[in-house]
Amino acid sequence: MAGYFQHIYSGLSTTMVGMKITLEHLFKKKVTLQYPEKWHPITSGHMPLNSRNRIDLDMEECDGCNACSRACPVGCIDIEIVKVAKSETDVPNIKSTGKPRKTWVTKYDIDFALCCFCSLCTDACPTEAIQMTTEFEYSTFHRDDLIYHFSPLSAEEVKEKKEMLAKEKAEAAKAKAEAAAKAKAEAEASGDTESKENSN
Amino acid sequence: MEQNFVYEWLGQNLGAILLVSVIPLGFVLIYALLAILLELKVASWVQDRLGPMRTGWKGVLQPIAEVFKLLQKEDITPDGTNKPLFNLAPFIMFVAAYAAYAVLPFSSVFVPAGIDLGLFFIFAVGALAIIGIVMGGWASNNKYSILGAMRAASQMVSYEIPAAIVLLAIAALSGTLNMQEIIAQQGGGMQNWFIFGGAGGVLGKVLITPVMIMMFLLYFVASLAETNRTPFDIPEGESEIVAGYHTEYSGMKFAMFFFAEYSNMFIVAALTAILFFGGWQSPFGDFLNHPALQSLWMMLKAGIFVFVQIWLRWTLPRFRVDQLMELGWKTMVPIAFVGFFAVALWAMVR
Amino acid sequence: MAERKTIDYDFGRVDTERMRLNVGPQHPSTHGVLRLEVELEGELVTEVVPHIGYLHRCMEKASEAMTYPQVIPFLDRMDYISSMNNEWPYVMGMEKMLDIKVSERIELIRIIMAELNRIGNHQIAIATFGLDAGAFTPFLFLFRDREMILDLFEAASGGRLLYNYMWIGGLQRDVPPTFKEDCLRIVKTVRETNKEVDNLLLGNRIFVDRTADTGILPADVAISFAASGPVLRGSGIPFDLRRSEPYSLYDRFDFDIPVGRGEVGTVGDSFDRNIVRFREMEESCKIIEQAVAMLPDASEDVRALVPKRIKPPKGEFYCKAENPKGELGLYIVSDGTAKPQRVKARGTSFVNLALLPEISKGYMLADLILILGSIDIVLGEVDR
Repeated sequence: MAGYFQHIYSGLSTTMVGMKITLEHLFKKKVTLQYPEKWHPITSGHMPLNSRNRIDLDMEECDGCNACSRACPVGCIDIEIVKVAKSETDVPNIKSTGKPRKTWVTKYDIDFALCCFCSLCTDACPTEAIQMTTEFEYSTFHRDDLIYHFSPLSAEEVKEKKEMLAKEKAEAAKAKAEAAAKAKAEAEASGDTESKENSN
Repeated sequence: MEQNFVYEWLGQNLGAILLVSVIPLGFVLIYALLAILLELKVASWVQDRLGPMRTGWKGVLQPIAEVFKLLQKEDITPDGTNKPLFNLAPFIMFVAAYAAYAVLPFSSVFVPAGIDLGLFFIFAVGALAIIGIVMGGWASNNKYSILGAMRAASQMVSYEIPAAIVLLAIAALSGTLNMQEIIAQQGGGMQNWFIFGGAGGVLGKVLITPVMIMMFLLYFVASLAETNRTPFDIPEGESEIVAGYHTEYSGMKFAMFFFAEYSNMFIVAALTAILFFGGWQSPFGDFLNHPALQSLWMMLKAGIFVFVQIWLRWTLPRFRVDQLMELGWKTMVPIAFVGFFAVALWAMVR
Repeated sequence: MAERKTIDYDFGRVDTERMRLNVGPQHPSTHGVLRLEVELEGELVTEVVPHIGYLHRCMEKASEAMTYPQVIPFLDRMDYISSMNNEWPYVMGMEKMLDIKVSERIELIRIIMAELNRIGNHQIAIATFGLDAGAFTPFLFLFRDREMILDLFEAASGGRLLYNYMWIGGLQRDVPPTFKEDCLRIVKTVRETNKEVDNLLLGNRIFVDRTADTGILPADVAISFAASGPVLRGSGIPFDLRRSEPYSLYDRFDFDIPVGRGEVGTVGDSFDRNIVRFREMEESCKIIEQAVAMLPDASEDVRALVPKRIKPPKGEFYCKAENPKGELGLYIVSDGTAKPQRVKARGTSFVNLALLPEISKGYMLADLILILGSIDIVLGEVDR
């Protein structure tokens, strides 16, 4: 019988305790923020500085070494490169190393629908071209819009570079073939090298 | 006593009757919007949140937006339902909830129908809601719905008994079932409210007040159970049976259930105010007791109890079915009987 | 569907039959996408069959195509509530395999991170347990506090949920300069809120009555089902890997192993499992305080020992650690290349979930939900 009344009493008293707590909270300062207008006081206007959000790429640094793409666990980075043609002048240097660029990055696509924001790519990058930023508001209406194309070259430029390299390659091949033919001819002629050299 | 100022003005014709029956409807519609806003805001403030802030100033228009949202939603009648019953159930719920307003006195000069059996009527009509719930739960052809409906039926039937005994005690104390008369007996200041034992000497009040407070708590708890509010919301126990009897309802029909719930909340709150806290009587005797202000007192008192219902909802966890029955039958019914005898004894010797 | 059975009670002319109810995968209280096939007799549960696999992401198979550091982000996604703890046994085992000895400071940082994540996990566990019982407000109080822990993790690792913070041979980054103060601030807030939650939820009569004497798990059943973590300790067995097989620096810390004592009902009921989690939060607070006191100020290169190319010798190894949910074991087979041949995880949630049909029979449907909540599963770890 005593247990019966104790039960009723504890039911009432614990309810009162709970009601007191909720009543106190009714008048406390609220913790939620009106997000687009207000930001967290510590990080006003941006995410914490080393938060890992959308990747940004400095194409002046990148020479398409593929290290990031190899480090990526989900394979969201797609890179294609074209070697710089020898005849090409005005090739920019890689900014951090100061060495001339050896390759054109004709395609550098990151699919942010796949990206898992693990930051392994940024650590693999030898030139620190790929970096995580604090930018996280990049929702789109179409999934295809989440594939970011970072390559600075337009389709025409890529075509031009490819043609240029192909031409050079063809020339090189031609030259090689010619050289081979010449060597063959030389071998056939056997001797008479001096006169040939003179003619050249 | 004047029962109705509308009839005084217009005479008892068809137009006046229509007007009388529409006034509570207008009140209920406005009240429901305010109650939804209160629920949203109290819930969020208790949880250290801001709550809805986008619609209107500080989100005050949120309930209107919600009503429009529900109106726009597709009205789905799932396959395999019993269509007539499925469509009828929300309306029965609403009719049951609204019919009780017929006898609810808002002021000394306004009660839609001042019948002598007011207390009895309000109780009888309130029980109608069970039919709507069971109907909706059964017709939905959903196992969660049927579970919810069964729980609701057993719960409401059980908790009507302690509530009825409390009502009986009040009837014994006042000697009437007419709500206007019950309120009239509590006039002349807050010391004459039934929570303090009605009009009488100080010594008697000291003796009877604890009993009346106990009866008030009993009625309040029972009314929570009857309106399916937390901690007695097991018929729609969200974590177990999804949404209980209205799992399959959407759009306007769901809104009807929702509306009926809020309407019921006001009825039981108003009844608590009438039975124990003097209804429309001003707490200061004749001061501020003009008929127009009386309706404000009524709404204020009922509003406080609506607030407490909401406050409790965001404080307490939910009961289990067997514990609910245990509380109802093993705790509340015996205590209500003891209280009833005490009050009846007091009414005799007073 | 199994055939319908009629029960042989004599109800006169009333014909009753058991009802098979499909709880989930879309259900408010299955903690994700678990599907329970439940057989009910009225409200009483007579049979529970959990169906899993709705969140299967081929984590183990996918890991075989990854290099060793690339596996870590996948481990994060297993028990996504306590990612820090998931990474730890893996890096610990790999370090043993590669014979790397990390500095004491890194170990201490790992301990602090793991214990903070333990607090975060238990906050969610208690919060959702309360939510299953119908109490919504403590849920948001606890989530509000968890935000602080996530903020600290974000400042340290950059991620809020999936950290990739512990690396083989070190850490991804050094901790922020205000790390110590932040930790102590979190400990203080956690203690304050816990007091409040204790009053508001755990001490509440309705809550106690709901959880006491339901889902009783006797100690011998718990052992025979290989349960671990708070589920096992709730049954009164003080088994904790941090104490029984101390790894890292845990042998230097002073903390208790809370066990279920059956204060309000029987030993091993839902209440005990929950209260063990609640008390473990306090123990974690103690460990964090001690670790912060031990943590040297001088910063160091946390990546100094991170190997450039990881090729462990041929062999296989098993590494385990005490996760918030129990023992997480990883069995890794190396064939001497840069990629593991097999990564098998002993997911605690999966093992503990197997207990559900055993301990929920004969209770009510509402209890079943609470028992499931008291086991504290994460479907990411069940299905992997």
